[in-house]
Amino acid sequence: MMMANNTLIVAGKEFRDDMRNHWTLAITAIFAVLALAIAYFGAVTAGHVGFTSFDATMASLTTLAAFVIPLIALLIAHDAIVGERDSGTLPLLLSYPLSRLELAAGKFLGHSGVLAVAILAGFGTAAVAILAANPETRSLASLGSIVTFIASASLLGASFVGLACLISVLVREKARAAGFALLSWLMLVILFDLLLLAVLVISGGNAVEQAVYPYLLLLNPIDVFRLINLVGLGNNGGNGIFMAMTAAHAYHPWVLYGALAAWAGMPFAGAVLVFRRQEM
Amino acid sequence: MPNAVEFSTVTKRYGAAAVLKGLSAEMSEGQVIGLLGHNGAGKTTLIKLVLGLIAPSEGTVRALGYSPAGLEGRQLHARIGYLPENVAFYDNLTGREVLDYFARLKRVAANEADVLLNRVGLTAAAGCRVRTYSKGMRQRLGLAQALLGSPDLLLLDEPTTGLDPLATQLFFEQVGELKSQGKTVVISSHLLAELEPHLDRALILKEGRLVTQGTVSQMHRDAGLPDTITARFSGRINGLLKEGWVAELPAAPRQCEPSLVEFAVPAARKMDVMRRLMQIEALSDITVKEPSLTHLYATLGADKQAKGDDDGE
Repeated sequence: MMMANNTLIVAGKEFRDDMRNHWTLAITAIFAVLALAIAYFGAVTAGHVGFTSFDATMASLTTLAAFVIPLIALLIAHDAIVGERDSGTLPLLLSYPLSRLELAAGKFLGHSGVLAVAILAGFGTAAVAILAANPETRSLASLGSIVTFIASASLLGASFVGLACLISVLVREKARAAGFALLSWLMLVILFDLLLLAVLVISGGNAVEQAVYPYLLLLNPIDVFRLINLVGLGNNGGNGIFMAMTAAHAYHPWVLYGALAAWAGMPFAGAVLVFRRQEM
Repeated sequence: MPNAVEFSTVTKRYGAAAVLKGLSAEMSEGQVIGLLGHNGAGKTTLIKLVLGLIAPSEGTVRALGYSPAGLEGRQLHARIGYLPENVAFYDNLTGREVLDYFARLKRVAANEADVLLNRVGLTAAAGCRVRTYSKGMRQRLGLAQALLGSPDLLLLDEPTTGLDPLATQLFFEQVGELKSQGKTVVISSHLLAELEPHLDRALILKEGRLVTQGTVSQMHRDAGLPDTITARFSGRINGLLKEGWVAELPAAPRQCEPSLVEFAVPAARKMDVMRRLMQIEALSDITVKEPSLTHLYATLGADKQAKGDDDGE
């Protein structure tokens, strides 16, 4: 009980700090503006503007979120622990009846919470605007897609907050943490998929590799997020290459959500293990 | 008197370098204890060990009957107050918000934060962000957070750094008040002269070793350092320095001015020298000063270290 209390006290402070620093507002605005812009101008290359295909919009939003959410998560949480260490408040905090697990969990929950609120408010606002502007898109299926998107985007955010926490306990300076955060973003958002594609092209895509690739995608939370949101859309979303890579495999939704949840939990668990062994 | 803190042959190493070397010491409850030594003597390491922020490489540490590590550490932390050296807070929060945050972590009622802000003279600035605070104000805020929950053991690391003379005086008044409430206050400092009048006991560290511990007067006796008798005369006293009893003193007197002489006298001969001086008609003033803690530290530190080195320690 006390542990939950302490975790919530730390999480509450982190949440309020992000609110006070206008992080939450800024992220919400970024999400909303980008989502509305994509929804409205997404078909400009086809010669028209306005809210049109719901599936195409969701596919574009998924691609956008896969780039932006990890970056923002790493940005707001990379200094979770190293920031306290850098400023000298960490020894003081640990002189209180507050365990390292509670402190790390509070940071994780606080930052993940801020991101989830921003995702809900930002993308939610955009979704409401799309549904309002285009009556044809109003259906239970559309609503389901939006809920799936917001839930999986929040989990994606949490997985990168967990990764940021791990980076934050592994390094001793804020600047290094920022550097490693950007590097991990580059690796997971850009290089990982490029590498998979390169190997796929070089190998000629034989049957064994076709069977292995879908599992390799589970090793990257961004690909898991894409799978959750794009597979349901089929080719309507214009995500041909990704669909081709995963066509041979039917993922159970719970496997995908489980993989994303594991991605949120494992880096955080690693961060706690390292943090508990460290001396101040 | 039970011990608030016990160190039993504690060694702390960072890699090959030993910061504390086989330290055994006890700090009794209800006392003001000075943890003295120059920079790098091991004072902060000792405090971190009590807090469980680091673990000993060898030996055991206990505070208020608890081991600082693991689950017992949690119980200990609920009864401890800590003011770190160069205390830092969250610059974007106000003084009251900082104290509220720490009060919640310690399960202390919110109104206690206001009482403490008043006690350290920060009520007027409580609503201002910490980034606007001077060094002295941050230090006072640090003291207020250390006092949250009325802890039984206070660990104050260089607490008067950055405080002006008035704030320093107020700080030591607070320390006196805590002592009267039966609290144990451990103050780490290298400002020995400032600390000396407020201490019940002192531990002197040098290069990770405990040089000596005890009450200040006990340490004076053990060290056998001379008292200083300063005598002022109404006229010149040229003949005095040639008298037989003066020549027998272990150290020659120092004539600071034509009519002012300082005698470094062993405690055992102090009364004898004073009696002789009182017989001189031209004597107009006389003062006696015990050796200062600074003097004691300098002498003991050098002596014991040399002995330790000779013993092959």
